[in-house]
Amino acid sequence: MNPESAGLRVSEKNGITRVEFIEQNILDEENIQQIGEALGSLVDAQDTPRVLISFRDVAHLSSAALGALITVSNRVKSKGGELHLSDIDPKILEVFKITRLDRLFEIHETTAEGLSAFG
Amino acid sequence: MAPNGMNPLDESGTSPLAGETILCPGDFSGLKAFESSFFDSLKRIGYDEGQIFAIRLAVEESIANGFRHGNDGDPAKTVTIAYAITATDLHISVEDQGTGFDPASVPDPTEDANLEIPSGRGLMLMRAYMTEVNVIPPGNRIEMHFRRDA
Repeated sequence: MNPESAGLRVSEKNGITRVEFIEQNILDEENIQQIGEALGSLVDAQDTPRVLISFRDVAHLSSAALGALITVSNRVKSKGGELHLSDIDPKILEVFKITRLDRLFEIHETTAEGLSAFG
Repeated sequence: MAPNGMNPLDESGTSPLAGETILCPGDFSGLKAFESSFFDSLKRIGYDEGQIFAIRLAVEESIANGFRHGNDGDPAKTVTIAYAITATDLHISVEDQGTGFDPASVPDPTEDANLEIPSGRGLMLMRAYMTEVNVIPPGNRIEMHFRRDA
């Protein structure tokens, strides 16, 4: 799955893959499946994945989107890599807290903080 | 309101405060028409951004659950939404054509052992964001109530 056709903007710098969402809403099930596949391919292509996902322009997301992120997180962990999340709108951050996924993910306020968190 | 959200405006040219919509799987234009009309109505009557975020999240989860789990992805089965909005309350029901489920059988997704499981958060999010959520036996209809002053 091509990241752009899944609605993702992907760039790479200093060995860190940066991912941003093009769409404001991550709700459509079919699109979420595409996002999951695209992120999975990115992770699979790296020996030790180092991925930062920014939610800068995201206004809404569903539990299916959370599920796709968990799957990616599990894959990154299984390869001994690092996944960091950043720029999450306070209302969406609340969703992570309610589901206690703020304990599963490493969440940073800004992209810069996320980038500097990689070991 | 006409079925399938094809007539989102009432006689006065504004989005209605009550209605019923039947959604077919994969009918994105029908879903968009319903959402546009429904959220316009909430805005028009004064619901704020945070309240609409909460309602949107719960409604999206209930519709997705209806298609994916309730109807088990059957392309012949629909999801019916009925709602009534007042200045103080929203009542909305989402009904699928499946055989239902027992909400007590859904594991708590916030337990440490379940955090890495990718599914099973829809119902808990509905409960977190709405004032009241009832799963009506046999479990193929969810009735939700949002009270603005709650």
